[in-house]
Amino acid sequence: MTRPLVVAFTLSLGLLRAPAQTGDEILQKVDRNMFSERKIVVSRMIIHGMRETRTVESKSWQRGTSESYTEYIAPAREKGTKMLKLKEMLWEYSPSTDRTIMISGHMLRQSIMGSDLSYEDMMEDPHLPNLYSATIARSEAVSGRECWVLDLKAKKEDIAYDHRQVWVDKERFIPLRENLYATGGKLLKTVDVREVMRVQNHWLAKLVLYKDVLKEGEGTEFHIDNVTLDAEIPDYLFSKAALRR
Amino acid sequence: MRSGGSSHDPVPVQRPDAGLFPLLTVFAGVMLTVCLHSWLSGSVSSMIQSTAHYSTGYVRVLTRAYAKEAAQNPNDLALLGVDTLLGELSSRYRDLLWTPRIQFGGLIDIPDTNGETRAQSPVSGLAIDLFNPGSPEWKVFDIRRSLIRGREPAKPGEILIGDELALKLRVGPGDTATLITSTMYGSMSITNFVVSGTVRFGIAAMDRGTVIADVSDMQRALDMQNGAGEILGFFADDFYHEERASEVTADFNRLHPVPPGSPPDAGSFLPVMGTLRTESGMSDYLDYIDVFSRIIVGVFVVAMSVVLWNAGITGSLRRYGEIGVRLAVGEDKTHIYFTLLAESIMIGFIGSLLGTAAGLGIAWYGQVHGLDIGSVLKDSSLMFPNVVRARITGATYLIGFFPGLLATFLGTAISGIGIYRRETSELFKELAS
Repeated sequence: MTRPLVVAFTLSLGLLRAPAQTGDEILQKVDRNMFSERKIVVSRMIIHGMRETRTVESKSWQRGTSESYTEYIAPAREKGTKMLKLKEMLWEYSPSTDRTIMISGHMLRQSIMGSDLSYEDMMEDPHLPNLYSATIARSEAVSGRECWVLDLKAKKEDIAYDHRQVWVDKERFIPLRENLYATGGKLLKTVDVREVMRVQNHWLAKLVLYKDVLKEGEGTEFHIDNVTLDAEIPDYLFSKAALRR
Repeated sequence: MRSGGSSHDPVPVQRPDAGLFPLLTVFAGVMLTVCLHSWLSGSVSSMIQSTAHYSTGYVRVLTRAYAKEAAQNPNDLALLGVDTLLGELSSRYRDLLWTPRIQFGGLIDIPDTNGETRAQSPVSGLAIDLFNPGSPEWKVFDIRRSLIRGREPAKPGEILIGDELALKLRVGPGDTATLITSTMYGSMSITNFVVSGTVRFGIAAMDRGTVIADVSDMQRALDMQNGAGEILGFFADDFYHEERASEVTADFNRLHPVPPGSPPDAGSFLPVMGTLRTESGMSDYLDYIDVFSRIIVGVFVVAMSVVLWNAGITGSLRRYGEIGVRLAVGEDKTHIYFTLLAESIMIGFIGSLLGTAAGLGIAWYGQVHGLDIGSVLKDSSLMFPNVVRARITGATYLIGFFPGLLATFLGTAISGIGIYRRETSELFKELAS
């Protein structure tokens, strides 16, 4: 009789010791690790299309969650194209036409430069805890790193992905993999972090493979070539006038 | 020949208008058949021609991958190396005129004086070969006649837009319009054009939101150098010749096979040709129309034959007295029978001839002037012309003539058999009563 009692006691202790942190707490930690108030990012998108691979280079200035300014540097066809995000608004400037077009409505679903990322992705609030409530589904290793698998459910209706599955590195609090789903449960996009880097006290992704599963091709590699956190960014960049400079 | 005794007024043996009723019946029936056939032919032909002109050509070349999703105009799957392909098509199939096209969707954005958006509308665009001297597109689109305002594009960077769309956006010739669309690699493309004129093609589905640009301009805008969504082939007489189209298609596809043993997607960007019937998705529809129009004309011809047959019978009954007198004076029954048959052939021939002539006259008017059904199609998305025209073909000349002739003859032949049943001994009694 004593053996079953011991087993029951041990099991109940296990239950009492249930995860020290909740899904929402883990998501908060991810947010604290990933987020920085001001940053300048130089990046390359290597887009593996059905017929050819293209590389698009850009430099972005980001302030808070709602302001960003991006200028495309290469290839020649895209050079000088600029994008400005101010709160809920997004504009694109085309140097060849000298026109600034507001991207809204169904245009937000269009891909950025033919990549596997959409304007909608760009407009999303980067603070995931503001958009999703998280629960821990299980633990799983990704590329040799122990991860929590979080199920994220949207708190609002009008966001691009109703449901996400996120593999969060247990030690570094950086997502290493994500599956993004539509309301009906259809998988729309996958995100695989292939390389990470440490910048100041943050663990950030250095190479990410985005794959729009509804699109042909091998996905888009997003390389962060340089990132400066807490950089000084002039105010004038976050105005429409900056687009035509 | 006269009948009657002293107590009766002279009565003509054969009334002068005896053949008039059958003649009128044959005339009316034949005329209606000719009209019905020509309008049906015209409607189907108009639809085929419109679909060929504005959508698929009589034959169409595209990549195998594009062909699978052609309804979505997937320019990322477009043909590349179009110049080489055009050279091959033009030298191998000389009876067809070949031209590249790009179909695209997007937004047309009209700037105000500060360059800000003043008006915007979704558009369905078509890039056609406007500046190549040998291009069939000027004839296919009948651009000069379709112009409502301004002039045709004369240099790169100029576009035509649907007149309805132009009115909605309040733009006119000389104004700048910015086209926002996607390149073949999926990037956003923003290109300025100058509106050279506005057009109305008489196809409600097109006139609502069409932009016509030059194919070279759109190749630049969509980042598809030497590319095109499709290459269309048109027969020189602008009629669809199914047999030849199928021959050309089979030959071209034989020359561009997917190498055996290739992986499933290996041939995605190889060119493939299809005929209007297969490319338009109208194969079943055309079969249905064909069968349906045959049934309509068939039922009409049978109904007309029954009417004419009855006219023959009625004519014989009306001539009961006349036949009696002719028998009474000793005329041979077979002679009378053959006389009636000869008359019926004459009535059938004259009635059918006049009916065909009148029907052709109406059909010709319908072919030249047409019938405007634009108000019915104003919300339609079909590639159907606003003006439906009749079409006179070889069959139109015969479709009413032979049934008219045959039905009158058969009607008389059957009703005339009664002549042989009449007894000579009873004739005077019949005539006296």
